[in-house]
Amino acid sequence: MRGVAVNLSIGGALVAALVIVGLVSLFWTPHDPAVLAMSDRFHPPSAQYALGTDQLGRDLASLLMAASANTLAVAFLAVGFGGLAGTTMGLVASANGGFTETTIMRIADFGFAFPALLFAVMLATAFGPSLFNAVLAIAFINVPIFARVARGAANQVWAREFVMAARAMGLGGWSITWRHILPNIAPILIVQATIEFAIAILAEAALSYLGLGAQPPMPSWGRMLSEAQTLMFLAPQLAIYPGLCIFLAVLGFGLLGDGLRDVTDPRLSRKRT
Amino acid sequence: MTTFILRRTAGFLATVMAISIVVFFVMNVLPGDPAAVILGLDASEEAIAALRTELGLDRPVWQRYFAWVGALLTGDLGESYFFRIPVSELIAERIPLTLALAAIGMFGTVIVGVALGIMAAARHGRAGDWAIMLFSQAGIAVPAFWLSILLVLLFAVWLRWLPPGGFPGFDEPLQALRSLILPATALALVQAAVLARVTRSSALDVMKLDFIRTAQSKGLSQWGILRYHVLPNALIPVVTIIGLQVAAVVTGTIVIENVFYLPGLGRLIFQSIANRDLFVVQALVVFFAFIVVAANFIVDIAYVVIDPRLRDRLE
Repeated sequence: MRGVAVNLSIGGALVAALVIVGLVSLFWTPHDPAVLAMSDRFHPPSAQYALGTDQLGRDLASLLMAASANTLAVAFLAVGFGGLAGTTMGLVASANGGFTETTIMRIADFGFAFPALLFAVMLATAFGPSLFNAVLAIAFINVPIFARVARGAANQVWAREFVMAARAMGLGGWSITWRHILPNIAPILIVQATIEFAIAILAEAALSYLGLGAQPPMPSWGRMLSEAQTLMFLAPQLAIYPGLCIFLAVLGFGLLGDGLRDVTDPRLSRKRT
Repeated sequence: MTTFILRRTAGFLATVMAISIVVFFVMNVLPGDPAAVILGLDASEEAIAALRTELGLDRPVWQRYFAWVGALLTGDLGESYFFRIPVSELIAERIPLTLALAAIGMFGTVIVGVALGIMAAARHGRAGDWAIMLFSQAGIAVPAFWLSILLVLLFAVWLRWLPPGGFPGFDEPLQALRSLILPATALALVQAAVLARVTRSSALDVMKLDFIRTAQSKGLSQWGILRYHVLPNALIPVVTIIGLQVAAVVTGTIVIENVFYLPGLGRLIFQSIANRDLFVVQALVVFFAFIVVAANFIVDIAYVVIDPRLRDRLE
């Protein structure tokens, strides 16, 4: 049980810090992250600039803060839409069974053939690179994951006595799904969403790094890294902080997801120790 | 077992066909006019119309799809609009580098991942286990491209032991290998972190079984037990993950090649996006998606072949 507490507390603390920084950045950052100060380029960390400035004289700390809000928004939209669509597919499959279930799950299986990167590449070629296309690509990979998880969990609930009782009372498939199945599988979906949040943050960073996500001048950890890479001999520190932010954010959501799973599924945590 | 393999093969072929339909639809039909995509915003109406005729875009969509798939099956991947040479030539030029990178990365993944996983299991609950699990947790969260940048900072910028990027070509094998060390390490470390976790928990499951206790009580050394009893049994679920990781490593090369400026297929994809070279991107997306699906397919078959218990159950 010690491992559980460690996961949950470190993950929770990292995620809480990230969310607070992201929310604060909407109202206040030490400097305006969009303001260029060419005379202050590559300023070392000081009282005025906590982490120094970048190649355009922008305050690094403010950029990192603003980027955290963007990252969270992207992950929230992508996991939200992908999760909603996937969960709906899984619930419909589970409620109907038979041919509907087979067809839906085959479509979901097929979704695994496209990593988010390939999907983003296709969209970028056809419509030009944009953050919207990146969100779409990340949402897309979440659909089959949630379809599978929701259907597996829902099938187990459908086999329980109280669902049979609800059926005997004459409740239809939709009412049972809404009143009994969804509330019972919600913890599993929340755990999955937390883990997918970590993956979405990683994917957004990678896509933005490659130029397929956030476009200038929107602050983004991934894009900051790709700009810093060309200046590595001049200002190596610029390549450290954005990566550290991505790492901590992904680690935070990953640990939180693991910790939540241990709490909601005692069978797994017993197996772990 | 034959029925299983046949059914699985049919599923594989159906998936490949579905991939071709989705890729064609997203890249040729959704944007409306491929000719306008290729020529960009400032192209004249006449130029677009001329390209439409040249590419045969006046034909109905389904005819164009079947023409494309038919050509794919004979190895004709179309022509690059930007380079004006067949896409297959472009791919043939660049594929050795991508394959070499993926192969070295995969080799490193398996060696490091399995070794760390078994070591962690052997030291279960002790400091070594914790250290390896900490490495694994960190490796799963670290973005491969940032790890690459850190490796470049350390080994190329500060220590100056290895080149920061670029590729001299295979004519200089030693230099070529030197420039692949950092990219392959970045690929392998991240995947090895995942593999170490799976290997560890699989080995721990095996170590709980009765025949391990028998081996211990008949006086076999810990190394002997690990080598002859734990490892072969623990590897069965590990093989599944390794198969999935082949797909992850191959698609991972797309990112890594762009970090290290390696002229492989991944770099070609991004150059082609910048060149709006629609048909090159289309061919490469199909190629990479095919690798992902093929890896899964081979894993499923290998699973049955290496585990006699599963084979019996299927019969």
